[in-house]
Amino acid sequence: MAEDTNFDVIIVGGGPGGYVAAIRAAQLGMKTAVVEKQHLGGICLNWGCIPTKALLRSAEVYHLMSHAKDYGLSCEKPGFDIAEVVKRSRKVAGRLNGGVTHLMKKNKIAVVDGEGKLNGPGKITVSKDGKKVGDYSAKHIVLATGARPRVLKGIEPDKKLIWTYFEAMVPETMPKSVLVMGSGAIGIEFASFYKTMGAEVTVVEVVPQILPAEDAEIAAFARKQFEKQGIKILTSTKVTGVKKGKNEVTATLESEKGETQEITVERLISAVGVQGNIEDIGLDTTKVKTERGCIVADGFGRTAEKGIYAIGDVAGPPMLAHKAEHEGVICVEKIAGKDAHPMKKELIPGCTYCSPQIATVGMTEAEAKEAGHKIKVGRFPFVGNGKAIALGEDQGLVKTIFDENTGQLLGAHMVGAEVTELIQGYVVAMNLETTEEELFHTVFPHPTLSETMHESVLDAYGRMIHM
Amino acid sequence: MTVNILMPALSPTMTEGTLAKWQVKEGDEIKSGDVIAEIETDKATMEVEAVEEGTIGKILVAEGTEGVAVNAVIAILLEEGEKAGDIDVEAAKADAPSAPKSDGGDKTEKKEEKKEAPAKQEEKKTEPEKQEEAKAEKKAPSADDGDRIFASPLARRMAKQAGLDLAKLDGSGPHGRIVKADIEAALDGKAPEKAAAEAPAGAPAAPAKAASAGPTGKAFADALGLEYEFEPLSKMRKTIAARLSESKQSVPHFYLTIDCEVDRLLEVRKELNARADDAYKLSVNDFVIRAAALALKQVPAANASFDPEGMLFYKHADISVAVATPGGLITPIVKAAEGKGLAAISNEMKDLAARARDGKLKPEEYQGGTFSVSNLGMFGIKHFEAIINPPQGCILAVGAGEQRPVVKDGALAVATVMSCTLSVDHRVVDGAVGAEYLAAFKKLIEDPLTMLL
Repeated sequence: MAEDTNFDVIIVGGGPGGYVAAIRAAQLGMKTAVVEKQHLGGICLNWGCIPTKALLRSAEVYHLMSHAKDYGLSCEKPGFDIAEVVKRSRKVAGRLNGGVTHLMKKNKIAVVDGEGKLNGPGKITVSKDGKKVGDYSAKHIVLATGARPRVLKGIEPDKKLIWTYFEAMVPETMPKSVLVMGSGAIGIEFASFYKTMGAEVTVVEVVPQILPAEDAEIAAFARKQFEKQGIKILTSTKVTGVKKGKNEVTATLESEKGETQEITVERLISAVGVQGNIEDIGLDTTKVKTERGCIVADGFGRTAEKGIYAIGDVAGPPMLAHKAEHEGVICVEKIAGKDAHPMKKELIPGCTYCSPQIATVGMTEAEAKEAGHKIKVGRFPFVGNGKAIALGEDQGLVKTIFDENTGQLLGAHMVGAEVTELIQGYVVAMNLETTEEELFHTVFPHPTLSETMHESVLDAYGRMIHM
Repeated sequence: MTVNILMPALSPTMTEGTLAKWQVKEGDEIKSGDVIAEIETDKATMEVEAVEEGTIGKILVAEGTEGVAVNAVIAILLEEGEKAGDIDVEAAKADAPSAPKSDGGDKTEKKEEKKEAPAKQEEKKTEPEKQEEAKAEKKAPSADDGDRIFASPLARRMAKQAGLDLAKLDGSGPHGRIVKADIEAALDGKAPEKAAAEAPAGAPAAPAKAASAGPTGKAFADALGLEYEFEPLSKMRKTIAARLSESKQSVPHFYLTIDCEVDRLLEVRKELNARADDAYKLSVNDFVIRAAALALKQVPAANASFDPEGMLFYKHADISVAVATPGGLITPIVKAAEGKGLAAISNEMKDLAARARDGKLKPEEYQGGTFSVSNLGMFGIKHFEAIINPPQGCILAVGAGEQRPVVKDGALAVATVMSCTLSVDHRVVDGAVGAEYLAAFKKLIEDPLTMLL
């Protein structure tokens, strides 16, 4: 079959940004192709968001089994088979990967297997394993090449002793001890997983606060919970070097004050952030500009080269799947001449699926103050919520930040059970530009954890009921 | 039990109006159907009829009060056996269904008190909070033309705090919703920046909204010390300003002009009027209305409206006819004019125009035409271009019939010529269709007997 090589839109990268953009483009009647070098669904679906959620679910169930007594149940000698836990996680990823393949077919999107490289504006050369697959052209090319783990010099992952999330997701055996370098979302989720599954876990963070992007109060609350679970946390500390043994790594840690210590663990997980995949995609054949490892693009994904767009991780932070999806849709709608609005990046929620979970949207208290807002802050703890107590999950906190003058909800930060499923209420409210008034008047169902969201808002105005 | 008489809505979009005149006074006995008051909206005055019988117990809204919200209690009716002392004004007001309230209205102290009364039960609250809430709850702005304004809660509050009129702002949010950025732009005196700030160097910037046009006329005149008389904008003037600005700015107009010889038409008119026996008196404009409608029947593609969802082609030629009134322009409609004879059109127009000048048209008599005619011939205007009356697709501007030299069969002759210019919304009517329409119109005007069929 003679393959079609000319498209309205070619999307380079089939991750959540790329494949969603492709579907939207197809919906808008554009002839669309996706170039993907490995897995449709990208990191998110194959090596990120989804398989880690499957692992964390296993950990959660295991945790409940271990605490069955607290609920009046008995569960003799709870145990696990790590191979089966990993197998389930891979099966979940595989199922969703198949789902994306089906979505491409359903929307009549051509999927080109290989690595895409720009060959000047409007042109893409695809090759697979060093061999050329073909030349393709399109009026609009959307770069959605994603990101990969950042690597620290001297502590390069070796897939055996020093892991990135790729290896940490598919352990063959359960390490007895783990050092997690970096306390962002990825690091903390793995720390939580390995701790629950019985490993000794130490987390090292270079800045004074774990989860550095979160509101300080929420991060401190979470830290207390993690430490209660037995995770050892060292902040203002960095790993200065590693010595590898046969089945162990010895890391040298240095605190801000210059004190050093050595720690020996079976595995070191490097979770020091991700960086954009901007290399080897032919950017030099275009006028596309890059900055700090990412492509410079405007609110519609447009780069400095006409007809070339960038979305998702490669277009800069926050590097989150839902941000990529949304950018993909906006970009493609703009291409199609629709009345698209650029995304409000400050309203992108962030979720971390450790235990307890963390969910956040908008400004932290510090950011709000820095931006010059006079603020009102509301707080409500889970201990005042009936559903939380019934669940046996009474450790949590909901914090809301309002502008004192206008009543605008500037930010909401939550830590506790299932808060990742709750945050969306605040996200919708903020997108509709809520003030405290509308939230006062909103009826939250009883008994739910969401009542803590209402109470937090009430507290900001001195009207809290249940504390 | 006393009965509340509520401010009626004269049209589906009306949110408030002026209580122009009471036809009854307290103590008057009324029965169903009696005219009790006159209500004025932006374009019309209407009589309010009583729906129940009884005695007017109390008039709550004085004559001449502007901005009375639809469904506000304007008077209280006593039923048989009731006395004025039975009236509980506060309870009556509280019972009234709420209606969108204009943002522009100033808050009287009385209203403030009323709102605060229930708040007193909430003892936990501090005093400033109560006031804040009482004020906030009252707010639900509406445009002067009666359309609901879509604005975010935050935008509403910021506009209120800054004293901005939401009706005067353009929204940049989804479906034109007014959002925080629009208020900030208005406060900064500049257009929203949209994505421009995020655009990288060298990348095409997102189209920025046109900057607002410098100082206003008043500020300019004041600054230069020009002498003038100031007249506040009437509702009608505001409506004209808003609709026509929107039309001229957003509708892609083009213009087609054709000359029609009207000597025959003038003869026919004279003959018909001579036999009228005072049953009618045809004007040239009556012929124009009929010809315009018949031509629409022949070229239905010109009887159209543009809508983003699709084009509308109307079944009837409802002709809006521009009428100058002391308050401004209004366009009463000769409905289904294609089916009406000249005499019928003429008499209907006379009635509509007279009531238009008195401000007594009903909303349905001036809202909803499909095609407009504007005739300035009586003022000696030779030729002009009219602004389309949205959502209509065309408007015909008719000049004066005047004697002009014309060339007939290669020789110079004199004919009475009337220039007509069609303004066309190019989104829905193309040049060729417009031209075809004008040709049909010209044929009818120049051979008026065909119009009589």
